[in-house]
Amino acid sequence: MTRQRKRALINFICLALACVAMAFGLFFLGAILWTLVKNGWPALSAQVFSQMTPPPGESGGLLNAIMGSVIITGVATVIGTPLGILAGTYLAEYGDRAHRVAGVIRLINDVLLSAPSVVIGFFAYALIVARTGHFSGWAGVVALAVILVPVVVSSTENMLKMVPNQLREAAAALGASKSRVIASITYRSAKTGILTGVLLAIARISGETAPLLFTSLNNQFWNTNLSKPMASLPIVIFQFAMSPYDDWQHLAWAGALLITLSVLVINITARGLAKYSARNI
Amino acid sequence: METQPIINIPFRQSALVQPIVERAVKLEVRNLNFYYGDFHALKNVSVRIPEKCVTAFIGPSGCGKSSLLRAFNRIYELYPHHRAAGKIFLNGHDILSSACDVNHVRSKIGMVFQKPTPFPMSIYENIAFGVRLHEKLSSSQMRERVQWALEKAALWPEVKDKLKQSGTSLSGGQQQRMCIARAIAVKPDVLLLDEPTSALDPIATAKIEELIHELKKDYTVVMVTHNMQQAARVADYTALMYMGEMVEFGPTRSLFNDPKQSLTKAYVMGDFG
Repeated sequence: MTRQRKRALINFICLALACVAMAFGLFFLGAILWTLVKNGWPALSAQVFSQMTPPPGESGGLLNAIMGSVIITGVATVIGTPLGILAGTYLAEYGDRAHRVAGVIRLINDVLLSAPSVVIGFFAYALIVARTGHFSGWAGVVALAVILVPVVVSSTENMLKMVPNQLREAAAALGASKSRVIASITYRSAKTGILTGVLLAIARISGETAPLLFTSLNNQFWNTNLSKPMASLPIVIFQFAMSPYDDWQHLAWAGALLITLSVLVINITARGLAKYSARNI
Repeated sequence: METQPIINIPFRQSALVQPIVERAVKLEVRNLNFYYGDFHALKNVSVRIPEKCVTAFIGPSGCGKSSLLRAFNRIYELYPHHRAAGKIFLNGHDILSSACDVNHVRSKIGMVFQKPTPFPMSIYENIAFGVRLHEKLSSSQMRERVQWALEKAALWPEVKDKLKQSGTSLSGGQQQRMCIARAIAVKPDVLLLDEPTSALDPIATAKIEELIHELKKDYTVVMVTHNMQQAARVADYTALMYMGEMVEFGPTRSLFNDPKQSLTKAYVMGDFG
């Protein structure tokens, strides 16, 4: 066999293996999406968005769960995003490689990033639920914020580090203080990247179930008070999907489709932003 | 290659490194040593830079010419392991002393870098950014200042109708002139140019060189270039550096035509570098 033919053959084999691997992955993704749409789409109705979760055998919707998810995720984002951005800024702008404190923070952040969410839920349980004596929306907020922060920290750090040093030098050379350079120049250059990181973090926490089981638990009724137990989509899906009742299972499918679609929308937005920022740097 | 006529200034032959100049000295470097961590990049450099002239630093890569330039506005301080020891006097004040406010120094000594560095904001805001750091101007005064700086940098006719557009939308040469305008807008005494044309095409380079020629009427210009022809074209004084040391400093014409040091001779003949 000539050398060229041998290379062509090896190329063909590798390409074929890569394609098989891709097909394997895509098949399951497609199957999941297909099952979700097939079962969730018929269950989606106006009722889902206008009525509370019903007792078995009665008709109802998911309004309280949707609202609970929006509130818990939203408040966790509002609390966690500034913390994450500030910590990421510290690591990128003040904590160079030689800095011990920054090294420790970076290591802890990496550990948190891959910590199982059930452990974080348990932490929030011990911190808040066990002390106050009851489940509450706040406990869920804390758990989700703890999951969100490390994602925002590392994406912010990476995005800020992508800003070329020449830009920082140019601003400093005009007589701008370090904090001014960060606020007016570095953030502005990295803003779409940082926003993308925050969106991905929101997508990550909006589907979390385990940490909410120990914290916000569930609530059959309309509730916007974070001091009380609060319904959320992932928990309702968990509860309804495990039940023997048909209408509960339908609602679980509808909820699963809703979460998937919103995560999909967030991810697509984040990708669009990332593309936009790549073009504008 | 035609060189710019330079003003004839008496040049004492015995002083190889320190010419006695009759012009006022704007910047004086005395026994400057510079370190990147353990690396000794500048060794006991002393030089006196005359006012309202163009002074060029030339030399092979790694000779320390950029390090010297970066000491003038203390921009090296952004990096923890970069360290300078010695004295640099601006108008008689030691700007390296810790008593000297670094942001004030940088308002007096502007810098333009190798690659154009437009800030991610409009052309107008790019120019106004530096001014706002040091002065409180009304919006009409600011508009005047922005126009003045852009005119000085020979960019006004090209951008006067699109001041709200992003600074990144300009061509490379225009961006570089915007960066010069941005530095001028702060009203410095000295302009540091770190290989300002190495990222530009020949036409944009010619425009910048023409601009440098205009700027020296009002500013003391210190530039680094690795292009000897450029030094010959635009600089009144040229300094050759090698291995962190100042080899020879003098009026450009005599440095190129009548070098005092054999090293200078070899360098301008193209034997190394």
